[in-house]
Formats: sequence, C-alpha cells, structure tokens
Amino acid sequence: MYVVFYPSHSGAVSNPLLDQLPSYQSLLYRRKSSGTSSTKRRSLNRGRHGSTSSRSGSGRWASGRLEERPPTLRSTADQRPARELPWSMEEKRRHKEQRLQQCGDLGGWAQWRMSARHYLKRMKEDGQDLLSALQLWRADIHMIEGMFGTGIQSYFSFLRFLVLLNFVMFLLMFSFVMLPIVISTHTSFVNSTFTGGTGSECSVYPPTSRQGLVVFHQHIIDLLSGTGFLEQTYLFYGYYKVNNIHFPSFSYNLPLAYLLCTITYLLLSLLWIVKRSATGFKRKLVQDEDRFQSFCNKVFAGWDFCITNENAARLKHSSLLYELKTDLEEERIRQKMAERSRKEKCRIYCLRVALNLFVIAVLVCCFYCIYSATIFSQQKQAQDQQYYFIVELIFEYLPSIVITLANFITPIIFSIIISFEDYSPAFEIRFTLMRCVFMRLASIGVLLFSLWSQITSCSNGVCTCGYNHTLYPCWETHVGQEMYKLMIFDLLIVSSVTVFVEFPRKILVNHCECGLVKWWGQQEFAIPQNVLEIVYGQTICWIGTFYCPLMPAINTIKYFLVFYIKKVTLVNNCRPASRPFRASSSTFFFLAVLLIGLALATVPVTVSIAQIRSSDACGPFVNFTTSWEAVPRAVSQLPLGVMTFLNALSSEAFAVSFFVITCLAMFYVIALAGAHKRVITQLRDQLAMEGRDKRFLIQKLCQAQSELPSRTSRSRASHGYHGNPHSSTSGVFVVQPLTHYETQA
Amino acid sequence: MGNKQSTFRDDQLDEYQDCTFFTSKEILRLHGRFRDLAPNVVPLDYTNNPDVTLPSSLIITMPELKENPFRYRILETFSEDGEGNLTFYDFVDLFSVLSETAPLDLKIIYAFRIYDFNRDGFLCLEDVEETVHRLTGEELRVEERRLVARRVMEEADLDGDGKLSLIDFQNMISRAPDFISTFHIRI
Repeated sequence: MYVVFYPSHSGAVSNPLLDQLPSYQSLLYRRKSSGTSSTKRRSLNRGRHGSTSSRSGSGRWASGRLEERPPTLRSTADQRPARELPWSMEEKRRHKEQRLQQCGDLGGWAQWRMSARHYLKRMKEDGQDLLSALQLWRADIHMIEGMFGTGIQSYFSFLRFLVLLNFVMFLLMFSFVMLPIVISTHTSFVNSTFTGGTGSECSVYPPTSRQGLVVFHQHIIDLLSGTGFLEQTYLFYGYYKVNNIHFPSFSYNLPLAYLLCTITYLLLSLLWIVKRSATGFKRKLVQDEDRFQSFCNKVFAGWDFCITNENAARLKHSSLLYELKTDLEEERIRQKMAERSRKEKCRIYCLRVALNLFVIAVLVCCFYCIYSATIFSQQKQAQDQQYYFIVELIFEYLPSIVITLANFITPIIFSIIISFEDYSPAFEIRFTLMRCVFMRLASIGVLLFSLWSQITSCSNGVCTCGYNHTLYPCWETHVGQEMYKLMIFDLLIVSSVTVFVEFPRKILVNHCECGLVKWWGQQEFAIPQNVLEIVYGQTICWIGTFYCPLMPAINTIKYFLVFYIKKVTLVNNCRPASRPFRASSSTFFFLAVLLIGLALATVPVTVSIAQIRSSDACGPFVNFTTSWEAVPRAVSQLPLGVMTFLNALSSEAFAVSFFVITCLAMFYVIALAGAHKRVITQLRDQLAMEGRDKRFLIQKLCQAQSELPSRTSRSRASHGYHGNPHSSTSGVFVVQPLTHYETQA
Repeated sequence: MGNKQSTFRDDQLDEYQDCTFFTSKEILRLHGRFRDLAPNVVPLDYTNNPDVTLPSSLIITMPELKENPFRYRILETFSEDGEGNLTFYDFVDLFSVLSETAPLDLKIIYAFRIYDFNRDGFLCLEDVEETVHRLTGEELRVEERRLVARRVMEEADLDGDGKLSLIDFQNMISRAPDFISTFHIRI
C-alpha cells in the first residue's frame, strides 16, 4: 500500500500517518473484494498528479482485505460473532469460514458444543420472533411510528403497557377473590360461612334494588352510576359477604385474600413500572446535566429514520428546525438573563411571586368547587327524590363534571400565566406540565376527602358506628360507585370529544375558508395532555379496585377502546404537535407521572384499610373493626414459630433497624454513583490529553522523517528505507507504509 | 424446516442468518422487496449467487428511504463501489445494521460513516454543517448553521483537534439518548 504525505509546513498533523493507526483501521470503508477493479483504480490514481486524487484515493479506499488488517484488530474481531462486525458481507462470510476452519481443528467435543450453541441460538431467535409477532397491536404501532414518529408512538406503547397491567390486576383479583366464591356458590362439595350481622343498628342494610314497575330510564341511570341492580353484584365490595370457604382439605380465609390481593396489586404495579423505567433512569444518572436538550442529540439523533410518510417528513423537518431555533433562542435568553440588572431581577421575582399566588388561588378555587359539588351531589342522592332523568343523571355525575371542567380550563390559564413569568422555553414547558399534573391528581384527592367528610359526619355530631350508618349503610360500595362513575364519565368524555369536537373541527378546517377557522387550525395531538388523561384513569382504577373488584376488567376494556379511538382521531384528524416531544425523555416522563399517580393512589387505600371503620352491614370485613385487622387475626392462628417470626417482623425494633440499613445502603449507592461520575470526568480529561499527545508525537515523527531524506541523500546510506524518495519541487514524497518499515527494520 | 422456497439454498440462508440480524423468513421477505424494485433484473433464483446490482436511483424509491435526508449517503456507505449501487448482500446488510436488534456500537460506526460527507474518516465542521443543512433545509441562515455546528463541536470534540474522530463520536452518542431509537428502519 502506497501512501502519500506532504511535509508539514504549518505544523498541522498529516493525515496519512493517522490512517495507519489502529483506531482508524476499525473505520475502514468498503471495497470490492475482487482485486482487479481496485488495482485499476489505484494505478489510475497514481498516474494523476495533484492533491485531490491522491487524498481521495488513500482516504477513501483504505484496505478492506482481511489479511492486511493489523493483528490486534483481528484478534478482537475473532471474539465477536460475524454479524456484529462493521465489514461487508463478503468479509463477514470469509471470517465465518475461517472460524469454522479453526473449529474443525479442535476436538469433537468442542465442535459438538459449538454446533449445539448455534442451534440454541437459532431456536431462541425463532422463539423471540414468535413472541414479538404475538404482541398486541404490533402492526398498528408500526404504522403510527411511520406516520408520526417515535414521540407519539411512545404514547401508544404506554397505553399498551397499561392495558396489560390492568389485565394482570384483573386476573389477580379474579383468581384469588372471585373464583373461590364462584366455586363455592355453584358446587356442592364446597360450602362457605357468611359474615353474619351483629344485629345492631349498624348492620341494617336496606335493599337497594328497585321494586315494582321500573321505568326504563331508571335502568340506564343504574347502569351509569352503579346503583340499583348493579349494587348487589360482584362489581362492588358489598356483595362479598363470605367469611370462610371450606374446601375439602383446607379452609380459605376470604377477607385475608381480599386484603392481600389489594396489597399485591399495588406492589406489582410499582415493581413493573420501576422495571420499565430502569433503562431510561440509568442513562439519566450517568449523564451529569440534562443532556436531552443538547445539540448533539438533536443533530445526530434528531432525524427519525422510521418516517415513511411525506407529511410526517415535512413536519419532522419543521419540528427539528423549531427545536434548533429554540435552543439558539435559549442561549440568547440565558445571556440576557445573566445580564439582568438588580432592579430588573427584583421586578421579575415580585411578578413571579404574585403570579404563583394567583395560580394557588385558582387551584384553591377549583378544589372548593369540587368539594361543594360533591357535597351537593351526595345530599341530592340522599334525598332520593324523583327528578327528571337527565337532571338526576347530572346530580349523580356532578363531581365528575366539575373535575373535567376544571382540568380543561386550568391548563389554558397556566399556559397564559407562564408567558408572563419570563422563564426559558424549556423550563416553561416543564413547569406548566408540573402544574397540570398536580391539578389532575389532586382533584381526585379532594373528591375523596369530601366523600370521607360526608361519610363520617352524622346529624348529631358523634357517629355511633364510626360512620353515618343511616345515609351510608355500606359506605365502601358507595365509594366504589363514585369511582365507577368517574371512570365511566372519563370514557364518555374521551369518545364524545372525539366525535363531537375533533371530527367537526377537521371538516370545518377542510371546507371553511373563514379566517377564524384557519387560525384555530387542525387538531394537534398534544401528548402531555393525553398522557395525563390516561394516568388519571389509572389512578382512579388503583384507588377504586379495593371497593370495586371488577374495576381492572372495566379499565382494560376502557383502555382498549381508548386505543382505537385515539388511533382513529390521530390518523384522520390530527397533525403532529409542532412542539416536538422526544421519545427518550417522554418515556421517563410517562412513567414518572404514573409513579406519582400510584403514590397518590396508595394513600387513600392505606388510610381506609388501616384507619377507617369498615362497615358492619356488608362486605368481607364485617367481623373486624378495620379491614387491616384480618391480618393480625390470621397471624394469630398460625403455628407458634411462624407467629413469633411475623410478630418480630412487624415490631418497632425490626422496622427501625430495617430503615437504618436501607438508609445506609442508599448512601453507599449514592456515594458510588458520585465516585463513578468523578471517574468519568477524569477519564474524559485523560482522553483529551491523549489526543493532544498523539498529535504532538505524530508531528515530531513527521519532522523526524522529513529530516531523514536530506541525511540519506547526503550520506548515500539507505538502510531500512525502501522505495524511491522523489524530491520533486512540489514537495511530494512517496514512501512505504510504516508497518513494512518496522517489520523490515 | 420444510420451507418450500427455491430462492436460496439452506446453507446460504444459514450464512445470511449468521451474518445479519434477520431470521430466514425476514431474509426471504427482503429478497421479495429487492426483487420488487426491478423484477426483470433481479432473478428469483439466488442459489448460484448472481452478481446483480441495482442503481441507487431505483433503491431510493423505496418508502423506507424515500423521505430520509441522508438516503444517498446511506446507500453510498453500504455499497461496494461507493456510488450507491447495491447488490443483494449490501441491501441485506443495510437493513440489518439499521434493524432494532443490531447492537449500539455497530450502529455508531455506520452512523459515523454516513455523516462523514467528505469521507476523510473524520467529522469536520463542514460535515456537521452539511448534516444540519440536510435536516433543516434552507430555513436556517448560514451563520445559524455554523453556530449550531460549532456548538456540536464544543460538546463532542474531546481531543481538541477541531474535528470528531470515531472515539469522539462514540462518546458523544452517550449524550444522545435518542440515537438508539431513531437510528433504525423498520422493514
């Protein structure tokens, strides 16, 4: 291989020596394996003078042949399978043949092991292929990715994950709570003891099914609010009156199973979400700052290679343009902020405080509205007067309506306010999102709080049964009904907004030439708002499953329908958001919001299990004061050894020491992460230093080599130096490559 | 396995499976796609390894590549002759590297080659500017493009030589977490 270099006039490093470095050799470009075409090209290049041909010749067509690669590279390549090597197919095949030949030299046992490994690998690949073909909605998500990119596709993958989670939750509740009861009611060899009432006034449970001639619309109201004929079904907590199921060989403690299922589904959700978010979080930990918004990410990982649609491509170009422009704008704003005078800073801070107070006022106002709507609705339900069908429905659904309205208005208010607060664009988006998340999830909390205050407020101050037994003989069923109503209303809103707002909007925009309509524009698929909607629905499900065990099944069906509704509206009505939402940060954002929802859902469930007096008239926990009491009672029936062990686990001593150990482990891991970050910075500096050393050494080498011909021409000794040094006027030298020089020296 | 196809011999399919990240079904599907581009030129029977090359002008009509601003560079990187004309080997290799199952370091090497417009083995400022140009069209002014390219260099250039070597690029991808999800083509 002949190499051309130029004497360094300016001291800059010459390229050809860098070509021979091992790190550059790994980057070798392809070359046709047939030697004739390449030699023809080489000779052509040699024939031409001038810089361009030689530079393009040597730079582009560095040798690709297997034998000429430096030995170190070949040995590392031997370890990896052929398909992970950046060579052309011919070379990979030859590499594989070489390896097979080498294996042929080994003994029979090693050969058999290799072929077995090969066969297992094939089987695993086929199995994975089959599994991925079974994945739900694979073709749909593929199509969405091609048309709209990975940002929106991540929303649909998230929805698919939630469908699976809800289905697993349903299976859990069904197999441990419902199935035993179904078996006991429909078979004869299994009988069960029921929770008997204590006979006191607290256990009076008037039947709620409607008697006599029932008007048809009453059935619809019952279906939509879970009252009437639905109340005494498996749907609600009140129906599970079984205490113990006596199978032939053992007795099944249903209250304990019910409680443990609740705890299990919460833990299962937590583990599954954490596992799913682990990859994104790991990457975030390694990076020092927020690098999702870095220029490198936008330039080199910005274009989504999956896009096949012309519209989507155009929109991707414009969104990348928007992002880059925003980043340049942010730099300018950051400079401007740094240059702010003290008086200006004071003014901005006062403005921000005032606006934040305003935001808090808005939130308090919304919460108060929700609270009063709930109280009003409860009072109207308790009165049990006969109203118009629609009016009655509105009274039932008043809290849901108010929550939905509040969640519709507040994001608009927040986005208007934030434009006055003068933050950088990226921070604006994040802060608005945080406020919307808080609003969404806190509204459920306010609803539950107002329900709780209603249930525990009796007419004469102190409640004899711990709750208002006259109005709410079975308060858990009542809470379950409220959650059920929230969920049904959510589904109704999603479908009616799609049908009555988005489709007409598209028709208007396409056919109407009015200026106002054009300004309104086509619907954008706003990912954050849509994600908040489904996280809201999932939080309701987590809270409601304790009171309404069939809720995960309904939620599965609901999200199933939501997938198709959203897909139809996306494909027909929407254009992708002009503000891009990156896939990497978005997955982390989705799962973080979901975790917040889970944390929020755990609080009411825990409080109601541990603190609130379970109702005496219905449900599996009639014989206990609180639902949690089922566990200590079951533990006390275990054998002595296990009982002492479990008691020790729940004692304060164990809890404190466990807490201390967990804190120590956490501090250790944090210290380890900090040490790793320091090592990374050091290595980065070292890498920079090595690069500079390399250039310095190559410069020295070139200088030394350029001095050599002058010496040999003087002394006529040419030991170790091959080839013809042409000392032409242009200063171009042709020398043998360094490898040959070393081997023959 | 009982496949009744006559396009490839079994050992050829095995070879393809070892050298790419595709299963035999996918390789046959890819052959169908390759053939659809030019049914008169590409033979159905590949058992004796015919040397058929399709020109780049035909391959960029594929929907997967049609909208990609780097389509010509992708074809040039994977072609044997460097002009973008692909044999079936190159075709399969292209989609294999850009598939979901290909490892990150392989993708990084090929991404480096694709973005190296002047093919000098380094990503210099002009290469990065050209990348930004392809991504945004004529909407950004020249000074803005240069500013973006300079920012990229600042973030990524470790050894301070004013251009990005493969090592710089590999290190920089750790700061580009979207790379693994965007640098893939579904076929």
